[in-house]
Amino acid sequence: MKQQDFEARYIHLWEELEAFMETGEAENINHFPQDYRQVCHHLAIAKHRRYSPYLIDRLNQLVVKCHHRLYRHNPGFNFQILRFLIVDFPQALRDNAAFVWWSTALFVLPGVLMFLLCYLNGEMIYSVMSAGNVREFESMYDPASRALGRERESDTDLMMFGYYIKNNIGISFQTFASGMLFGAGSVFFLFYNGLMIGAAAGHISNIGFTETFFPFVIGHGAFELTAIVFSGAAGLKLGLALIDPGPYSRIRSLQNASREAIKIIYGTTLMLVAAAFLEAFWSSSTELPVIVKYSVGSFFWLLVIMYCLFMGKRRAHGP
Amino acid sequence: MDQLDTAYLVETPEGIDLQAQLAGPVVRAIAYSIDVLIRSVVMLVVWVVLIFAGNVGIGIILLLSFLLEWFYPVLFEVYNNGQTIGKKYMGLTVVNGDLTPINWGASLTRNLLRFADFLPFSYLGGLLSMTLTKKFQRLGDLAVGSLVIYKPEVRKQAVLPECLPRPPSIPLTLEDQIAIIGFTERHNDLSYDRQKELAHILSDVTELDAEKNIQYLRGVGSWLLGVR
Repeated sequence: MKQQDFEARYIHLWEELEAFMETGEAENINHFPQDYRQVCHHLAIAKHRRYSPYLIDRLNQLVVKCHHRLYRHNPGFNFQILRFLIVDFPQALRDNAAFVWWSTALFVLPGVLMFLLCYLNGEMIYSVMSAGNVREFESMYDPASRALGRERESDTDLMMFGYYIKNNIGISFQTFASGMLFGAGSVFFLFYNGLMIGAAAGHISNIGFTETFFPFVIGHGAFELTAIVFSGAAGLKLGLALIDPGPYSRIRSLQNASREAIKIIYGTTLMLVAAAFLEAFWSSSTELPVIVKYSVGSFFWLLVIMYCLFMGKRRAHGP
Repeated sequence: MDQLDTAYLVETPEGIDLQAQLAGPVVRAIAYSIDVLIRSVVMLVVWVVLIFAGNVGIGIILLLSFLLEWFYPVLFEVYNNGQTIGKKYMGLTVVNGDLTPINWGASLTRNLLRFADFLPFSYLGGLLSMTLTKKFQRLGDLAVGSLVIYKPEVRKQAVLPECLPRPPSIPLTLEDQIAIIGFTERHNDLSYDRQKELAHILSDVTELDAEKNIQYLRGVGSWLLGVR
């Protein structure tokens, strides 16, 4: 068949499909999959008969568009947030429990060690922090300082919220992303943050500012510290996928791992938003009695721990 | 030659190869630079406007800079057919490995892993990765199998020249037919002198002068396409 006869015979179908792809209104399209297969067939014929490039291009584009329409992945951000929190996120953590434990160890062990060292020795803090930083940091939690003694203005709270979002979620994303370096980056960030946080807490205890420091950190810490550990776990997962891909190629193994890891990152991002909110608007409040802060903080910790231990055990459906 | 080509083929269940042209590091770097420029300008404007709004303003500036830093590419890629503004300007688009439009998870992963691509400094890791992989993928792309391709241009149907269709005087091979059809369809794209030059190659066969040669070839081309 000459090209022009071929075009004349099928142009009607192509134009209808093209219009459908353009507008999404399927007036004359009753059997989209069949029509799609038909156009695939036309493309194959056109290629085989070496029809002119413009026709092959046109059919190829039409086929690509139809293919997208027929096989499209989940469009939009349509995981229901509730289902995610109740099922998907805890399940992802459970499936990757080994990474979570390793990540916890990499974060907590240096933290505890540094806490003890700084607690027992007032000079130890200077091995990880400059004198200027230490002074600034001490004055923040000095019970005698009037700066923390009065209720902060709410506009300052909003500023700090922005700061915590940018800073903390940024750290979490970095901890995850640097797992691409065969896990080394995640190990580094976990270890480093553990060390710094342990040192700060130890030093504050050493100089006896516990009454301001711990009530401040206990509330949001429940979400913030665990979220950093979880992003570390996601990063370690990427790292191990590259180091030990098992039966897959390295690329394939990395792709499998990242599909799983991104679920954890969705969860940690939510946790960190909650943490930033608490840190800015709850933890900073100085009017609340210390006992309230301790009890609410402990409740948050209990909540997070129970959530990790008991949620996501039953598989809703799927593999 | 095949190994040098940037064509990327995906076979569908219907037994058809979908084809796309992969985009290399240079165009992608330019697209990225445009995005950085746009982001900086937006941040500058926001900064100028909000810096006088006190602590609330600073809070909003920090939030916006966080969102722009991490989510600017994600939102554009998911809601704008895989194109940030820079990519759109360069005619590029991000797709999944099977050429379907990029989805949330993939876009978020590839853009978070930008941090790894950036290391050790100014995207050296990403550049190395792009030059060393066959499909020009940076590390973030490798992790989700995404690709950056050229957005196909919409080609107009060729208008055939007005001429008398006539059958070729000698049997033509398939290659010859394709060449002559191509010559006919591109009559508006090639300069007249170039067409004369090309047609002249055949003057030994057709024994016509250059001008007539063009008309003759167009006639044969139209005939081969089925014009009667």
